Amino acid sequence: MSWTDEEVVPRVRSVAVTNDARPTSPVGIFWRSTIGKKAVMAVTGGVMLLYLLVHMLGNLKIFYGRESFDEYAHWLRTIGVPALHGAWFLWIMRALLLVAIVLHATTAYQLSRRDLKARPQKYAHRQRLEASYAVNTMRYGGIIIALFVIYHLLDFTTLTVNRHGVEGAAYDNIVSSFSVWWVTLFYIIAMLALGLHIHHGFWSAARTLGVHSAAREKNLKIAATVLAVLISAGFVTVPIAVLAGLVD
Amino acid sequence: MNLTLRIWRQRGPEDRGAMVTYELADVSPDMSFLEMLDVLNERLILEGEDPVAFDHDCREGICGMCGVVINGQAHGPRDRTTTCQLHMREFTDGETIDIEPWRAAAFPVVRDLVVDRSGFDRIIGSGGYISVVTGSAPEAHATPVPKDIADAAFDNATCIGCGACVAACPNGSAMLFTSAKVTHLNLLPQGAPERETRVRDMVATMDDEGFGGCTNTGECTVACPKGIPLTSIGNLNREYLRSLTRR
Ligand code: HEM
Ligand code: SF4
Ligand code: FES
Repeated sequence: MSWTDEEVVPRVRSVAVTNDARPTSPVGIFWRSTIGKKAVMAVTGGVMLLYLLVHMLGNLKIFYGRESFDEYAHWLRTIGVPALHGAWFLWIMRALLLVAIVLHATTAYQLSRRDLKARPQKYAHRQRLEASYAVNTMRYGGIIIALFVIYHLLDFTTLTVNRHGVEGAAYDNIVSSFSVWWVTLFYIIAMLALGLHIHHGFWSAARTLGVHSAAREKNLKIAATVLAVLISAGFVTVPIAVLAGLVD
Repeated sequence: MNLTLRIWRQRGPEDRGAMVTYELADVSPDMSFLEMLDVLNERLILEGEDPVAFDHDCREGICGMCGVVINGQAHGPRDRTTTCQLHMREFTDGETIDIEPWRAAAFPVVRDLVVDRSGFDRIIGSGGYISVVTGSAPEAHATPVPKDIADAAFDNATCIGCGACVAACPNGSAMLFTSAKVTHLNLLPQGAPERETRVRDMVATMDDEGFGGCTNTGECTVACPKGIPLTSIGNLNREYLRSLTRR
């Protein structure tokens, strides 16, 4: 190939800073910025993480038997009574989690779109990336988790797709679902995705919120790994126990 | 050394561009990477072809002009080394070397390996300075700075604005660069009066310029010839969130 063709004059954009059309309220500035949106991801991720930790520990009650577990499942719907009326606590939790997941998914989508646009062209020579596997699975892993959450709600909350599907019989509903191999497989894959998500997410959120420092680096990484393994493994023990016939 | 070079050639911003292969014989291992490109260009000129355009200035690793992506790595294979300070002894005889410009939407290619990094200048222009009356230099001991603060500020001040962090980042994010500048100035007493507006405006400009967001992937710090650490990004986040709670 020859490169003696006619010149195209290179242009360089001007070096002037314009401040037009920028939001002026702190909330507006926060929400428009990439750092602000990332902080929303970090906080909502943290809320979901806390919820998942409690949820996982609660699930382990299944090992105390049918009666004990069903009683626990019923109690979950009545926490706060009589100070709070009926299932108020449950609905407050649901609203909180809904807000968290919607904000998390919205900012994830907006930031991911922006990130892909900011790097439109790949290198001809493949980059040798230093990043861990967990970083690269945040987006697809997040989508797997989202699909899982939808299925999970249809299965155990609305009982729409549950094979047993008897309200109040949480124990038998769970056993009936995990007796189907592909439900169990999907559950395990989703929990692995969740583990990876937390593994990168926890430590990443610490940096996003600025609580990370060189001195805390090691402890934060250890905490991320411990949380990821604990939550993934804790959730996965239930279907494994059903498969192994420990819970039936 | 005999080398096969595959170099990105693009006549101008509107041109599509392509990787073009050149054979280059008799390269000395003691040449710097840019001297090797100089030799290639002399031969191209003798053959009546357009030389390969690439940016450079100091050739001693301090100006930040010279970055190109070599075999998929910003500034090439050697850690903490700019392209101009990289020597051909890092490569082997008979090797094929791929040379590409920084890739990021905010760094459009001007020609061949030259990209327009003026987005960085606009980030600096929106807050990467301190407002002081210039004149004779003040007495150095008038404003005491604790040694650990001075050291941390200096480490961040070593950023040469080369853009390797953006080139290496899968999101084309300028967070490492911006964090180095904000950390440098916000740590020091001289930077204190503009602490909040500086970080707010620099981040707003960074976003407006079309750089991506940070996913804490960490490619930037590996590519950075000055070893600016990821903790600077944590500090930028902290300064930014803090600034929104003031005034
Ligand atoms: C709707 C399902 C979900 C989607 C689509 C999703 C997607 C994402 C994406 C794309 C990121 C950014 C990754 C990056 O910056 O590299 C992220 C970060 C994160 N996610 Fe999720 N995620 C979901 C559910 C969850 C859940 C259930 C948790 C709870 C453990 C969680 C916790 C986090 C945390 C802590 C972060 C880190 C935020 C930061 O880096 O500052 N996510 N998520
Ligand atoms: S942070 Fe490092 S890689 Fe980025 S511009 Fe500064 S010196 Fe270059
Ligand atoms: S030419 Fe100045 S840093 Fe390489």
